[in-house]
Amino acid sequence: MANVLTIAEQREGSLKKVSLEALAVARQLADASGGSVTTVLVGAGVAGLAATLGSYGADKVLVVEDASLQLYTTDGYAAGVSAAISEVKPDIVLAGHTSMGRDLVPRVAARFDAGLATDCTDISLGGDGRMLATRPVYSGKAYEQVAISSDPQFATIRPNSYKARDADASRSAAVSAVSVALDASNYGAKVVEVKRSAGAKVDLTEANIIVSGGRAMKAADNFKILWELSDAIGEGCTVGASRAAVDSGFAPHNMQVGQTGKVVNPSLYLAFGISGAIQHLAGMRTSKAIVAVNKDPDAPMFQKADYGIVGDLFQIVPAVTEAVKKIKAEG
Amino acid sequence: MKIAVIIKQTPDTETVVKINDAGNDIVGTGVKYVMSPYCEFAVEEALRTKEKLGGEVVVVSLGPDRVLETIRTALAMGCDRAIHLKDPAYEGGDGQATAKALAAALKTVSPDIVFAGKQAIDGDQSQVAVRVAELAGLAQATIVTALEIAADGKTAKATRRSEGGGEVVELKLPALISCEKGLNEPRYASLPGIMKAKKKEVKELKPAELGLEGQVGAAGAKAKRVKLLPLAERKAGRRIEAETPEAAAAELVRLLREEAKVL
Ligand SMILES: Cc1cc2nc3c(=O)[nH]c(=O)nc-3n(C[C@H](O)[C@H](O)[C@H](O)COP(=O)(O)OP(=O)(O)OC[C@H]3O[C@@H](n4cnc5c(N)ncnc54)[C@H](O)[C@@H]3O)c2cc1C
Ligand SMILES: Nc1ncnc2c1ncn2[C@@H]1O[C@H](COP(=O)(O)O)[C@@H](O)[C@H]1O
Repeated sequence: MANVLTIAEQREGSLKKVSLEALAVARQLADASGGSVTTVLVGAGVAGLAATLGSYGADKVLVVEDASLQLYTTDGYAAGVSAAISEVKPDIVLAGHTSMGRDLVPRVAARFDAGLATDCTDISLGGDGRMLATRPVYSGKAYEQVAISSDPQFATIRPNSYKARDADASRSAAVSAVSVALDASNYGAKVVEVKRSAGAKVDLTEANIIVSGGRAMKAADNFKILWELSDAIGEGCTVGASRAAVDSGFAPHNMQVGQTGKVVNPSLYLAFGISGAIQHLAGMRTSKAIVAVNKDPDAPMFQKADYGIVGDLFQIVPAVTEAVKKIKAEG
Repeated sequence: MKIAVIIKQTPDTETVVKINDAGNDIVGTGVKYVMSPYCEFAVEEALRTKEKLGGEVVVVSLGPDRVLETIRTALAMGCDRAIHLKDPAYEGGDGQATAKALAAALKTVSPDIVFAGKQAIDGDQSQVAVRVAELAGLAQATIVTALEIAADGKTAKATRRSEGGGEVVELKLPALISCEKGLNEPRYASLPGIMKAKKKEVKELKPAELGLEGQVGAAGAKAKRVKLLPLAERKAGRRIEAETPEAAAAELVRLLREEAKVL
């Protein structure tokens, strides 16, 4: 029997999509083994989200609230999550592999002297009822399967690897508070400001569709045509860039996809004028569908693409935008 | 300031990954090993901190003989001395076993600040640095793109990357900083630097000297690789041929909607 605890991530009072994806994984593991799913929710004034977590699969929600938890802080959140783990004693702890997950989960796992598999794209139960985690290694050039002998077993999941369940309004979770003595004056680190990058509608790591441009974009201004395509596609779509485009000053670094940029996992990745260097592939090769548009018929990106068009991106991009608008208008 | 930097040696990014017959590791022959790119940012930031605030920079790395070359690179860049955790017993560790050894080695340095990479590009685990912070009792800021340390060396302000933007974190030292691209441009080792590096101290510490016998390497690992698997080959893609860009675009959009079902 696998009892699973998920760590819900909320930012400014809204739940991250990956937290709902983690709930879907947790539900699968628990249902396959007759276990239950508890979610720990940390923040200030966030208890209202417990009902949503219930509708997405949590049996029980533990709420840790404190004024000092308004913004994410390593020490406060680690204390809250650790208290929940001590109370529930789960077999498995799951969270999203996000900037918060990366900061928090290894810290908590170390506190419990436990093993952790990060950035997993698949999690199942082995014959022994223990977790079997699959994760990309060597920048996505191979996968490893990991088993963990400690209790609990920790894992973080790569955003977009799982689909969240449909919300079921008839499901409700039992909600209770966890009391933790927190002393904010002891926190070693405190977030004092949250910065929003201008423009981006949705973060690359969470995007469902990504329109990316490479060195061939030639100028920052030309990214406009990619944004137009992204707008035509609509919600959940954003624009990315290769390192060559970023280094040439056409796009900011937070748009870079690849080994030294972001690792993305959309259902559709469109690469315009990107050659397909191994370090770029490292960031996007788990995309479910890949489109390559390139002038050079021998560009390596074509070997990874499901669909390819040999041609000039400055002609193809506007044409794709029009075609998308047309198909969207038809419904 | 006592400054420490923990670095990992990894295969070069261009490495072609070949899986061994046992299916549990890559074939090591012909692999070129380098300092993991994010660790280069860590070394650079450690050196800049020393240049501003004075003190010494100690490099710590866990790994086999070949790691010495990467340690020498860090010394040639300007680090002052090194600790090499080298012993067969350290091999095969998971994040926790490795972090235990590194945290214990750092205790012998009592650093005010520790720099690490945000992740090492072999296992892409992004967990060792944070575990070290926890086990060594350090505050932390991870995925850092900008850092300012107060002149008195007691506090720091770090900007970390997060989805949709960034977060500014105020830290009390001692603290660990995990470094992200954008923090700095790593320097190259100069020729005199390379000459000097040969004379700098590289101290080896065994598990027993850290009081960690039986707790490091494979013996201490809680997470174990069951299997290493090749990528599922993507099936050959389709070239869309059409008379005009408009026709090609229309066909692409049709396929994305009807065949791939992603639009
Ligand atoms: C340690 C390390 C880390 C790295 N990290 C990253 C990373 O995170 N992300 C990343 O992307 N790269 C990374 N790189 C760089 C990587 O090796 C490549 O240099 C980079 O991805 C190339 O970007 P590009 O494809 O845009 O440019 P190029 O390789 O120059 O490709 C441009 C492509 O555009 C095509 N083209 C030109 N004009 C047109 C047109 N009008 N229409 C259509 N096609 C056209 C060309 O045929 C060509 O294929 C890294 C490298 C190293 C060594
Ligand atoms: N064997 C090691 N020796 C020294 N530092 C390490 C080692 N493994 C990991 N680190 C540090 O921890 C960071 C994150 O590594 P990882 O968790 O493996 O992705 C690296 O960038 C290094 O700074």
